[in-house]
Amino acid sequence: MNSVTEHQHVAPSRLQPVDGEWRRVSPKYIVVDLVGNLFSGLFTTAVATLPAWLLGWGVWWWLLPAVVAVVSIVLIALTPRRVRSIGYLLRDDDLLFRRGIMFQRFVAVPFGRMQLVDITRGPLARSLGLAELKLVTAAAATGVVIPGLPLADAEELRDHLVALAETRRAGL
Amino acid sequence: MTELADGRWHRLHPATPLLKGGIALLAILGIIVSNLRERLIEWIFPAVDCPPGVCDEDPFTLILDRYLLPTLLGILVLLVVILGLFWMSWRMHTFRVTEEIVEVRAGVLFRSHRRSRLDRVQGINVSRPLFARLFGAARLEISAAGSDANVQLAYLSSANADGLRAEILRRASGIRAREAAQSGEGVIASVAPDARANLADVARQRIAEFSAPELDPALAPPQSVVTMHAGRLVGSTLLSVGMLWFLVAIAGVAVAMALTGAGVFLFLGLIPMIFGLGSFLVNRIVKSLRFSIAATADGVRVGYGLLSTSNETIPPGRIHAVEITQELLWRPFDWWTVRVNLASHSTAKGAAGQRNTTILPVGSREEVLRVLELVLPGLVTDETRLLIEGGLAPARIDDGFTTSPRRGAVLRWFSWRRNGFLLHPDAVVLRRGAVWRSLTVVPTARTQSVAAHQGPLERMLRLAQVRLHTVTGPVTARIGALDVADASTLFREAAAAGVTAIRADRSHRWGSS
Repeated sequence: MNSVTEHQHVAPSRLQPVDGEWRRVSPKYIVVDLVGNLFSGLFTTAVATLPAWLLGWGVWWWLLPAVVAVVSIVLIALTPRRVRSIGYLLRDDDLLFRRGIMFQRFVAVPFGRMQLVDITRGPLARSLGLAELKLVTAAAATGVVIPGLPLADAEELRDHLVALAETRRAGL
Repeated sequence: MTELADGRWHRLHPATPLLKGGIALLAILGIIVSNLRERLIEWIFPAVDCPPGVCDEDPFTLILDRYLLPTLLGILVLLVVILGLFWMSWRMHTFRVTEEIVEVRAGVLFRSHRRSRLDRVQGINVSRPLFARLFGAARLEISAAGSDANVQLAYLSSANADGLRAEILRRASGIRAREAAQSGEGVIASVAPDARANLADVARQRIAEFSAPELDPALAPPQSVVTMHAGRLVGSTLLSVGMLWFLVAIAGVAVAMALTGAGVFLFLGLIPMIFGLGSFLVNRIVKSLRFSIAATADGVRVGYGLLSTSNETIPPGRIHAVEITQELLWRPFDWWTVRVNLASHSTAKGAAGQRNTTILPVGSREEVLRVLELVLPGLVTDETRLLIEGGLAPARIDDGFTTSPRRGAVLRWFSWRRNGFLLHPDAVVLRRGAVWRSLTVVPTARTQSVAAHQGPLERMLRLAQVRLHTVTGPVTARIGALDVADASTLFREAAAAGVTAIRADRSHRWGSS
């Protein structure tokens, strides 16, 4: 039994399982992500130059750091778009989370399945007043981390989620 | 009701120190005796004098000659201290079982105190290692979700262990709470529409009424739905992929022998491998031959073992995912393996030395369906039976599965026709693989979350992947190369079904519904 959509004229190739008013994360998070990407890009580029220094077999080894640098720059350039792709949606019974442009990921976590809600803040995010909200279920693969939330929003969301989880509590 | 569950503190079986350290003690005794043997013989037959310079230099003789009394005293004191420590640790190791919790206190210097809620029980294992069996003792392990979250009671007397298991399961099921709530009403008022549950309730109430101390589950052993044949066990082991590689290695050695002529030494090198294989086979057969899986009022009971036995009871709703797989060479015989995901991590090994998540080491299609009926009650009905059998067979038109489109062949070269899913109100069924066939069943009441993924290549092909997240285990429920629209449907439906199932799920207190 093949899918019906194959015979339709306009079949969207992009994954968009749920429509709705996705709530975006704070634009300030772009700065945090940008800095993080910049540092990791510099670091990996520096590491990639090591063979050229140590082996010194000629100019071809300098291609490696060059390629790494280009990839890092592309990643950095895409950061604003990537941050804009992060979104979450509170529905009646579950929380939806999405992220990614190239590699898209949608996760639905029922409120009754949340085991704990975590707020973490890095030094840079803290200076910008941002926080990160992490949802933990009994499955390790769930991995829902909503970054770049203003602290007040994050705390409000946490309390809301914990209250919801309490009313819909279930076994494992 | 066993007296161990009266809410007061109790001690373990008095032979516990011996059983726990028993083998080590025996080994030390053996070493001492074998070392003393010569000397004992000498004492009994004091015939030949030692030539000077031989016996004198032996420090042992020196000790015997000069410091016999202090040495004996020292050994005595040491023995008393060791025995005292064992006795102390046994005295300090106490447990109690109340209506709500099980508690264990242990340790002399480093005290530990563990308290576990009975309604969080994920499974109970009663195992009897050979040595403990000789003493009529058994180990009871109450599993909870998470790593190192189990409560172990080692050792109890065999009858006590069985009684305690029955009692803990009864309390965990919530029957007692329900009885208390409706104590004023007659029994007839509580009759539920479900006839099967009813029967179990009546049986349970009788048990509660008489609170028979002699109640022993062994008196009425549950009927196993699967019988293991030695031939199938040997055959399935020999026909596994690892074994094939072994045979290839032997063939390679044989060829090398024929070509080089220096064969005998190579052949000698094979002998340990052959012995290893033999012991592996014997081990597997001894462990799996008495394999049994049966339904009880409090869930599935899986037992195995010929010399050391083990018996695990998994209450309803504690199985998070089921996967039926087949080794390539098993296909002509239609043999399958059933694995499950559990939230707890029992220290007990499963049948055949595998992890205890392998709930059926090898079985025919008929047996697989019967096992599925046990582990996912309510799923296998006359209607779904055909669907599930279709899930084990090659793909057919209209077998109920939504499969990959033809362009999915780019990612699933051989299996795109078979690769598909089926939405049932109680479970999501994923069918995968053409060469290595598998069927995964995830009860929606146990799904933790649902995810949909799409990478660049998948986007070009208008495909997507869906994953159902469950607790960690051997089963990973994911299905790729689905049409984007189908994947979206699966994602939405599975998420919605999960929410509905959470509301309806009562397996937390499985007896109280």
